[in-house]
Amino acid sequence: MSEPAKRLLLDPSGVTGAVEDLAGQINSGTPAGKRLTLIGIYHRGVPLAERLAAAIAKRGDHEVQCGSIDITQYRDDLDRFAVAPKLYGSDIPFSIDDEHVILCDEVVYTGRSVRAALDELLHHGRPSRVQLAALVDRAGRELPIQPDFVALTVEVADDERVAVRFTEVDDQDAVMIMAAKEGAS
Amino acid sequence: MNPRKDLLDIESLTDEEIEFILGNAVPFKDLFKRSVKKVPTLKGQTVLTLFYEPSTRTRSSFEVAANRLSADVTHFDVEASSVVKGESVVDTVETLESMRLDYIVVRHKQSGIPNLIAKNTRASVINAGDGWHAHPTQALLDGFTAREEIGDLAGKRMVIVGDIQHSRVARSTSLIFRRLGVEVAYLAPRSLMPRETPADVRLFSNWDDTFDWKPDIVYLLRVQTERLDEPFFPSSSEYHRTFGLTDDRLTVLRQRGLHLMHPGPVNRGVEITDAGMSYEKSLINQQVENGIAVRMSVLYWLKPGGLVT
Repeated sequence: MSEPAKRLLLDPSGVTGAVEDLAGQINSGTPAGKRLTLIGIYHRGVPLAERLAAAIAKRGDHEVQCGSIDITQYRDDLDRFAVAPKLYGSDIPFSIDDEHVILCDEVVYTGRSVRAALDELLHHGRPSRVQLAALVDRAGRELPIQPDFVALTVEVADDERVAVRFTEVDDQDAVMIMAAKEGAS
Repeated sequence: MNPRKDLLDIESLTDEEIEFILGNAVPFKDLFKRSVKKVPTLKGQTVLTLFYEPSTRTRSSFEVAANRLSADVTHFDVEASSVVKGESVVDTVETLESMRLDYIVVRHKQSGIPNLIAKNTRASVINAGDGWHAHPTQALLDGFTAREEIGDLAGKRMVIVGDIQHSRVARSTSLIFRRLGVEVAYLAPRSLMPRETPADVRLFSNWDDTFDWKPDIVYLLRVQTERLDEPFFPSSSEYHRTFGLTDDRLTVLRQRGLHLMHPGPVNRGVEITDAGMSYEKSLINQQVENGIAVRMSVLYWLKPGGLVT
């Protein structure tokens, strides 16, 4: 990640606080005693889901299980790649039938990734309910999809993008604004 | 990695491409455990299987793979077509070209036909076996299966047993295993050993020497029974006695925990016994299941691109 951030929105402690806030919203927004299934969308939705699962489990009101989803094969822009992207695979080692699923994505922007994730999720089974949690919400929706839980809403220009960094896959925790690049969402 | 149109042989694959295909086959195989064993990846694409030589297994494996990627699959029935009336391959391909196919999966008894077709069509051509030349998807699924079972293959040893001379499987499979770091040997009657073999492949003429070499994997080739009548080919009982996996040799495999592979379909009593078929370290059934995942991965890898990003 050599390109410079235009603006830092959250530093590491800010990220921790935002994840805690999101976990609190999910916790209080769900009747106690209900099992929650958190599914992270590749890439950075996965560490987000894992952190949320740990934070919710610590509160002790819900049993939590965690999985991940690789939406590559459900993307609506696969034809735009000259070479097919590498697959990481989905890891949902349990049945999601009748489960309360919360899809986790680091940024909700166009809504297209969430559409793809929903389509794939329903090929794994039939959850009783699906909700959406995002660390950051930004304007620019191209599909009628809205998150149920959001930690941070930001306004960014069309030529900018929101970048979330997690130590699980990056060298630091951060949320920042950067110059948009082709294909980013 | 550069975009590719065709898969014609193993030679032309880069290491990165081999890793890409084998790596992606893992998530494709995971799909088989899902309630919906299908992804929309090739929605709206058409796959044609063009088999000039019958092969129910390979053809259905490709068809299942294409179906699970949501492609539309059609079989071009060569027996019923004007090919039997003398139409040339190039004329047939010209006809097919008007159908705007996205993939053509070809098998032909003559080496080089898939290359010829690839030059004459915009579709992606996948070689499903041509003459003695190549069978790249078999090789990829063999490599995938061995790696799935054993892990890193570097430094392992594999012996391929049988009619090496007339085997496209031997050619492609030995190549990919050597690319994956495996030491490869051939065990064959002299009359069925190719005159020229790669310098890094050991040659054996009997099982005792082969076992002394301490292979980790024994790969049996199918005896093509139509060759049994040929003068230089041993009879089936003689073949079994000398080169087949007899029950005694199976005991050695079992004692040493060696893995057993075979591209199928098997001839019981010739290259393998009934007991060999139920050997607990046999990977033969896994090869079939993995064939679908690996062929999905190949179709995905060749997916026609649009804009270059």
